[in-house]
Amino acid sequence: MKRKEAIKVVVDLLEKELVVHANGMICRESFTACDRMENFYMVGSMGLASSIGLGLAISLPHRKIIIFDGDGNVLMNLGSLTMIGDLLPKNLLHIVFDNEVYGSTGNQRTISGTIKLEEIAKSARYSRVEKVKEKDEFKNVIKDCLKCDGPIFILVKVSRESDEGIARVSHTTETIKRRFISAIKD
Amino acid sequence: MSKAEEFVCGLKEKGFNFFTGVPCTILKDIILLLESDPDTIYIPSVREDAAVGIAAGAYLSGKSPVVLMQNSGLGYSLNAIASLNLIYKIPTLIIVSWRGFEGKDAPEHLVMGKITPRLLETIGLPYIILTPDKIAKAIDEAVREMENKMIPVAILVRKGII
Ligand SMILES: Cc1ncc(C[n+]2csc(CCOP(=O)(O)OP(=O)(O)O)c2C)c(N)n1
Ligand SMILES: [Mg+2]
Repeated sequence: MKRKEAIKVVVDLLEKELVVHANGMICRESFTACDRMENFYMVGSMGLASSIGLGLAISLPHRKIIIFDGDGNVLMNLGSLTMIGDLLPKNLLHIVFDNEVYGSTGNQRTISGTIKLEEIAKSARYSRVEKVKEKDEFKNVIKDCLKCDGPIFILVKVSRESDEGIARVSHTTETIKRRFISAIKD
Repeated sequence: MSKAEEFVCGLKEKGFNFFTGVPCTILKDIILLLESDPDTIYIPSVREDAAVGIAAGAYLSGKSPVVLMQNSGLGYSLNAIASLNLIYKIPTLIIVSWRGFEGKDAPEHLVMGKITPRLLETIGLPYIILTPDKIAKAIDEAVREMENKMIPVAILVRKGII
C-alpha cells in the first residue's frame, strides 16, 4: 500500500477528530487528500508531532486526538512513546506510516527495518498495538480503533512511493494555527 | 511564604495552568510545589524539546503552559522554539535555570552558562533575569511580552534566588 492510500483510508473515516501531522511528505499528502480545519500540519520541529498530540490529549480528554507520524519522526523522539505510556491518555490514536526511510529527504534508510517499533510501543504500555500491511486490514483496524479507548499505536507498513511535485501546504503557519484553534473551540 | 511559593502563586494568579519540564536543582522547590498542587498539572518530561512540544499542544487546546528547564536543556529546545513556537506564534513561558552564571560552576555548565543570554537574544526570545525582590513584577513583564509578541518568553533563575 502506498502511504497516500493509507492516509486516504483514515481521512475517509474522520469526523471531528484532531490530527497532528509529522513534518515532510506526510503533511503534504494529507493536505492533498483532504485539507481540514482539524489538521495541524507541523512543518518543522521534526519528531514533536507525538509530543504536541500528547499535550492536546491530556488537555482535551473528551476529544479524539490522532497523530500521523513517520518512522523517522518517531525514532527522533522515542522518549515521547514512554511519556504517552506513563500518562496513558485514552483519547490518543498514534498512527505511524512506516516506509523504513527518510522519504522526504530522498529515501535514506531509517532503522525501522531492523528495530521493531511495535515492540517498543508494547513496552511503553500502549493499551493496544497493531501492525498492518494490507489496505483492507488497515481499514478494519482503523474503524475499530476510532471507537476504542487508547492509547493505541498502529504501525502501518507502506511503500516508499510518493507523487513527484505534490503540493506543499499552502496555508501560512499562523493560519494553520488559527484554524486549528477554532476547530477545537467548535 | 518561601520564594518558591511566591513564584508558583504568582504564576497561578496570572492564569498559568499547565506545567511540564525537566528538573534542575535550582528549580527543585518549584517543581516539588507544582507536583503536589491539586489545582494544576505538572508533567515530568524526558527531554526539554518534548516538553516544549507538549506545552504547544496544551496551548492550542486553550491552556497557559509553562516549561521548566536547565539552561543545558535550552540547547535541546532551540529547534523546537525556532521551527514551532516562533513560526506558529505559540507563546509559552519558559523558566530557565542559569547554571554556570559568572563562570562559577561545574565545568559542564561553563560554556552554556556564558552564552545563555546571547543564545536567547540570537534566537529572538525576550528574557527577564529573576531577582528575589521582584518576583511578581518579573511574571507580569513576561506575560505582557508574551501577549504582545505571541512568542515564548524566558525567565532566567540563578542559584540562590528561589
Ligand atoms: C531536526 C531535523 N532534522 C532533519 C530534518 C530533515 N527532514 C525533514 S523530513 C525528514 C524525514 C522524515 O522521515 P519520516 O518521519 O520517516 O517521514 P517520511 O519522510 O518518510 O515521510 C527529514 C530527515 C528536519 N526537518 N529536522
Ligand atoms: Mg519514513
